[in-house]
Amino acid sequence: MSQTSAAFEEIADNIEFLDDWEERYRYVIELGKAMEPLPEAERTEAARVHGCASQVWIVPDLDGEGRLTFRGDSDAMIVRGLIAILHALYSGRKPEDVLAIDAQAELGRLGLESHLSAQRSNGLRAMVSRLRDLAGAMQAG
Amino acid sequence: MYDVNRIRDDFPILSREVNGKPLVYLDNGASAQKPLAVLEAMDTAYRHEYANVHRGLHYLSNLATEHYEAVRGKIAAFLGAGDEREIIFNTGSTAGINLVSYGWAAPRIEPGDEIVLSVMEHHANIVPWHFLRERQGAVLKWVDVDVNGDLDPQAVIDAMGPKTKIVAVTHMSNVLGTVVDVATICRAARERGIVSVIDGSQAAVHMPVNVAEIGCDFYAFTGHKLYGPSGSGALYARMERQEEMRPFHGGGDMIREVRKDAISYNDPPMKFEAGTPGIVATIGLGAAIDYVSGIGMDAIAAHEREIRDYAQTKLTGLNWLNVQGNSKGKGAIFSFTMQGGAHPHDISTVIDRRGVAVRAGHHCAQPLMTHLGVTATCRASFGLYNTREEVDVLVDALEFCQELFG
Repeated sequence: MSQTSAAFEEIADNIEFLDDWEERYRYVIELGKAMEPLPEAERTEAARVHGCASQVWIVPDLDGEGRLTFRGDSDAMIVRGLIAILHALYSGRKPEDVLAIDAQAELGRLGLESHLSAQRSNGLRAMVSRLRDLAGAMQAG
Repeated sequence: MYDVNRIRDDFPILSREVNGKPLVYLDNGASAQKPLAVLEAMDTAYRHEYANVHRGLHYLSNLATEHYEAVRGKIAAFLGAGDEREIIFNTGSTAGINLVSYGWAAPRIEPGDEIVLSVMEHHANIVPWHFLRERQGAVLKWVDVDVNGDLDPQAVIDAMGPKTKIVAVTHMSNVLGTVVDVATICRAARERGIVSVIDGSQAAVHMPVNVAEIGCDFYAFTGHKLYGPSGSGALYARMERQEEMRPFHGGGDMIREVRKDAISYNDPPMKFEAGTPGIVATIGLGAAIDYVSGIGMDAIAAHEREIRDYAQTKLTGLNWLNVQGNSKGKGAIFSFTMQGGAHPHDISTVIDRRGVAVRAGHHCAQPLMTHLGVTATCRASFGLYNTREEVDVLVDALEFCQELFG
């Protein structure tokens, strides 16, 4: 049973196809560049995700259908790319689906963890944790 | 003749690979690698000569105490202190400056008293003074650096007023490499009855230091940046100041007598060294000082000047790189940002794949980052074992970043 979206599977396929780290970074950076930047006004303290080496913001958006959607941004380009990947993994999913996804395993499939510094991995974990919290709050609310 | 390759052979870690590439270690400003002499001294101390110090009358305790206490004299000689009792062992500059803040300053600071410091201080030379602001109403007076990252000693002197009790400045900036004319500042402070605290964390590693010539009251340095063990370090504290200080940590070793209703303290510097100290770390620091002294601080400084000049030429030749600070006579420390979208964390992550270790972040110097108008920089900081070839690897890796992010 696959829990992940087509968008995430496409990223996973593309990354698998790239066998050298330089190409993988290039791809992650491209994913980040393709993402719409957050307007300055939405880069608020409430949206900040702490525990990341760089500045990260995640803004949840209301979706009438009870799904978690969000936009995110970072001042670091590789991190922007990671947010794009998390967006593919989580955005537009029902809260229970978000909570059912094993982020560690899915991101591990991309082989990205080994390419990320310890601090950055922590940042990734902090972002996943923020998104799961948002999903949990939607469920409770 | 400075044989950098022979020196590199003394550092086992330098021959390892990182991410399949030879390690290019340019994060010496954060912490330096250790020569065999230090590793062996620590191994011997644990393996054959270990016991607690200052306590036992047995053979090993005497031996450990002799080796441990011998380091006090080595540090005194290394820093040009006249009296080895002026050396207080600790875990590094942070511990040293906190001791000055708590032990000397806190009992004397009245609301409105001023502490003068430069905007390029490391947090270790800021936060202990903020404590006095927060708790006792001290006023922090900040002196800016100019566009080159120079600190004009006259600007520091001009900031000293009748209410100034302390001037606290770095000897060498950990971000910009700027060397500060601390002797001029300390002389002026002394004439005005102001106590001077010098953060020597970087300077003690890269240049000869003489506290008698500087004329400071306190000089803090850290062992792990000086090719010694982490958790080692010392504070030079002028004897008159030590007589005025109250103890900080209480416990064993720092007391003469403890009764139910009274205590009396050991003589300085032991009064400020409570509990079982980092015995082996300090012995390792002694070995590190022997090691750098064997090469000669003048020779190390000359080698690093050559690396600095080479790196300066190479890095300023990259027109998409903004190098922060351009002080004449600076140390071989380069902080930079890249034009375009690459964040310092992006850069350090990518060049790490090429085996290049640099630091990215605010370098525990947020007031300086604010002054420079950046949130973070990358910092390449060189040491006695770095080479021109490593500068080339750094430059190649940065060019790759520019291609990737630009």
